[in-house]
Amino acid sequence: MSLLEVEHLHATYETIVALRDISFVVGQGEIVTLIGSNGAGKTTTLNTLCGLTPARSGSIRLAGERIEALPPHEIARRGVIQSPEGRKIFARLSVLENLEMGAFSRRDNRAVKRDLEDVLGRFPRLRERLHQPGGTLSGGEQQMLAIGRALMAKPRLLLLDEPSMGLAPIFVRDVFESLVALNKQGTTILLVEQNAHMALMIAHRAYVMQTGLITHSGDAKVLRKDPAIIRAYLGGA
Amino acid sequence: MTPIQTQEMRARRQPASALSRLIRNPVQLISAIILLGLFLVALRNVLPLNGAAEYQPDQFARQLIFGLAQGSIYALIALGYTLVYGILSMINFAHGEIFMAGAYMGFFAITAAQETGLLASDPVLALFITLLIGMLSSAVVAVLVERIAYRPLRNAPRLVPLITAIGASIALQQIFLRLFGASTRRYPDVGWFVLPNACPALGTQGLDDTGLCRGIDLIGGRYDVTVIGLELRILPIHFLVFALSLALMIALWLYVHRTKSGKAMRAVAEDRNTAALMGVNVDRVIVTTFILGGLLAGAGGVLYALYNQQVSPFIGFLPGIKAFTAAVLGGIGNIPGAMFGGLFLGVVETVAPSMLGLSSQLKDVIAFGLLVMVLIFRPQGIFGEVLSSKRG
Ligand SMILES: Nc1ncnc2c1ncn2[C@@H]1O[C@H](COP(=O)(O)OP(=O)(O)OP(=O)(O)O)[C@@H](O)[C@H]1O
Ligand SMILES: [Mg+2]
Repeated sequence: MSLLEVEHLHATYETIVALRDISFVVGQGEIVTLIGSNGAGKTTTLNTLCGLTPARSGSIRLAGERIEALPPHEIARRGVIQSPEGRKIFARLSVLENLEMGAFSRRDNRAVKRDLEDVLGRFPRLRERLHQPGGTLSGGEQQMLAIGRALMAKPRLLLLDEPSMGLAPIFVRDVFESLVALNKQGTTILLVEQNAHMALMIAHRAYVMQTGLITHSGDAKVLRKDPAIIRAYLGGA
Repeated sequence: MTPIQTQEMRARRQPASALSRLIRNPVQLISAIILLGLFLVALRNVLPLNGAAEYQPDQFARQLIFGLAQGSIYALIALGYTLVYGILSMINFAHGEIFMAGAYMGFFAITAAQETGLLASDPVLALFITLLIGMLSSAVVAVLVERIAYRPLRNAPRLVPLITAIGASIALQQIFLRLFGASTRRYPDVGWFVLPNACPALGTQGLDDTGLCRGIDLIGGRYDVTVIGLELRILPIHFLVFALSLALMIALWLYVHRTKSGKAMRAVAEDRNTAALMGVNVDRVIVTTFILGGLLAGAGGVLYALYNQQVSPFIGFLPGIKAFTAAVLGGIGNIPGAMFGGLFLGVVETVAPSMLGLSSQLKDVIAFGLLVMVLIFRPQGIFGEVLSSKRG
């Protein structure tokens, strides 16, 4: 049994069909990446996993339990935590309060304090700006905050929607390195990325989406060398 | 375009930009309003209008105290509008009736206390129970309104909940009308006396019908006193209302800024979906918001009824729209804005008519005139931020 099992998932926005019959799995301890061009349905997939977009049909299982009909906060309480596209920092809450919001459903206050120290150690920039409103951070700092906030939830399954968006290349490397480090410490990650090249470098497995369908899947190392993937997503011959 | 033309245009733009710069800063804006008021007073004392008496400091002090009491009631109600707006971006137009419900249920509580003799034997406890029942009743009504009129329409276009809000407001008024009749009911006299050793100082003013002095009557008393040369008529209830409202507002502030669920409330106000991703039960936060708004409105209702001594199914209307005005004045969605807007409106509408030599019946005109001015010159309110920066 994998940590996450998605079967025959359909999702629509009123008349627009966004996901048609999506099936995939994420195993415990894996980094799995979901790549595809704009409008393929990656964000919709993550939002359906989190309960923000309703699943029309199909099933989502988390460690065997069906979660597709649960409201978003119940899914979050089960440890499926998303760092959403565009960061979605609470601009008026301080950096500290943003991080505390990440730990909202946790009751183990002492461990939360330890994880706060851990996150601030990982992103020292945030410590310097702890009492500043989240909205005043730079784009890169906001991305660190978004990831830090998700980590504060102590996720069983971390969903990341384009963590490299809008970041300078040096920051992108930082972010990806910290994802690898996190994964080494036991966090399972489902990563949605435009930057397919970087995503395929760090992922174990990958799924390729196109207009609401999964068109390719397999070992990230293999897909990285697949001529069709290279042509379509890695920019070049 | 010739240089002369551009210069002309610049000259024409100058005053407008100075004005807009002035009204961008709340402190400057308030000072400007106060200065304008003083200027008008000076003007009026120089050119006495229709033979009106000069405006005296005693009058100002008396009206200021009343205005603060009245304004703190507006503030309590305004907070309900602003809290709900902050979370749902909608105006809960039934909020005036939620206020009325508290005042009305408080009436039943205080009458019961009078009949059982509790009011006479322990007025403080009786008042406390009355306040509590008023607050809880308003909270229950607020939650029902949310469940029935707003929740099913959470994702409907914004005009739709506005219409159901007005519907809910009329429905509540009619329900109270059918249940309890249209007649105005009188709150009983309370007789909460403190400081019996103040009697000698009170002289004849402290005596009741039987010629006895039991101390200062906090609820029904009115005393003519001279303080630092000003002849004042002091109604202790005004101070009581002000102090209680202030305490409730501080409690609200502490809840919003110092508790975990207050933090969740601020997060939901900013971004409902992202808060849900953090594990926040958004529906519960929304219900909590209505409960808080209801509790404050109910307290306002009981206090309002205590000093006006009367309730009817219609008393929610005017305070309701005044408080809405106050919320918009302060910047809707902004908690300190609602507090300030309420006090400001209360003071301005009490002080301004006589300051300007107008009939006090024009106070509503002044209140709504102020609303129109704010909507024209500073639509985001005194403390409000421009919306785009809030959502950005
Ligand atoms: N709220 C919405 N209402 C209507 N259609 C939507 C909505 N959100 C997404 N869509 C549509 O659903 C499809 C999938 O969108 P989605 O955001 O999942 O794509 P994506 O793969 O994340 O794209 P990108 O790489 O640009 O972020 C698109 O065609 C999009 O236009
Ligand atoms: Mg997307």
